[in-house]
Amino acid sequence: MSIRALIVDDSSVMRKIVERSLRQAGIDLGDVFQASNGAEALGVLKDSKVDLILCDINMPVMDGLEFIKRLPGIENAKGVPVVMITTEGSESHVVQALSCGARGYIRKPFTPEQVKEHVVPVLAGKS
Amino acid sequence: MTSVSELLAADASHESWIPLLDTAAREVFELMLGRQLTMSATAEETKLVVTAMVGLAGQLCGVLSVRCNEKAAALMTSKMLGVALDKVGPEVADALGEISNMVAGNFKNKIAGLAEACMLSPPTVITGSDYDLHSMANSPAIEIRMLFESHPIVISLEIHS
Repeated sequence: MSIRALIVDDSSVMRKIVERSLRQAGIDLGDVFQASNGAEALGVLKDSKVDLILCDINMPVMDGLEFIKRLPGIENAKGVPVVMITTEGSESHVVQALSCGARGYIRKPFTPEQVKEHVVPVLAGKS
Repeated sequence: MTSVSELLAADASHESWIPLLDTAAREVFELMLGRQLTMSATAEETKLVVTAMVGLAGQLCGVLSVRCNEKAAALMTSKMLGVALDKVGPEVADALGEISNMVAGNFKNKIAGLAEACMLSPPTVITGSDYDLHSMANSPAIEIRMLFESHPIVISLEIHS
């Protein structure tokens, strides 16, 4: 079954790299939605159902942590796993992201193998 | 890992941070661009007209910059995106900004305590060479000079406190 993914990052280059990394990781991607901040991503989720969200933390308008805090109130986001992909590598950021509902955490720079290592278990419901 | 306070106290010139900056830069280029940086044998830095900068604030304040020529900037973008060089368009500034952001983030993550105590600004990218940069830094910048696919790259960290 194809995976519908939402990639949230203020860099369009990074959104393309994340999408390519998912494909290189062997994930069968269907529709890929993109947003440049949390507010845009909430707008996408009003109209579209996705199976996976990959999200940066530091973004203008609405950052990644605020975005994932708001997901429980979004019908299309219920039960959808979120994996953070960010340069913020501190333990406190990881703990904060996980406590806000993220299911995985990937530090930039990353390889497609690392994306696979973190995303595949999440999609399989093992993380 | 040594803590940032120990390093700041022990090395006012921050010379000991050069290997960490070197490693941080090499990792970004290897993992995200699939290319190795090599040591630069010359001090030549003519026409480094693309400058990507990221500010650091908190326990360490300063500016990290990545400077290169236009050809290198386009080549980095093509490697990051996995597209042919002639297909690279306006995303060069975005790509260079992300590289500087990842080098800065990777660098601060290598110093105990700094990852949490230091925040990064969004990147700024300047193209052109007809400008003067006036830094408020109060210590000499640490700098590494490397080659990316034979093109010179200069990565600097100016420290304000």
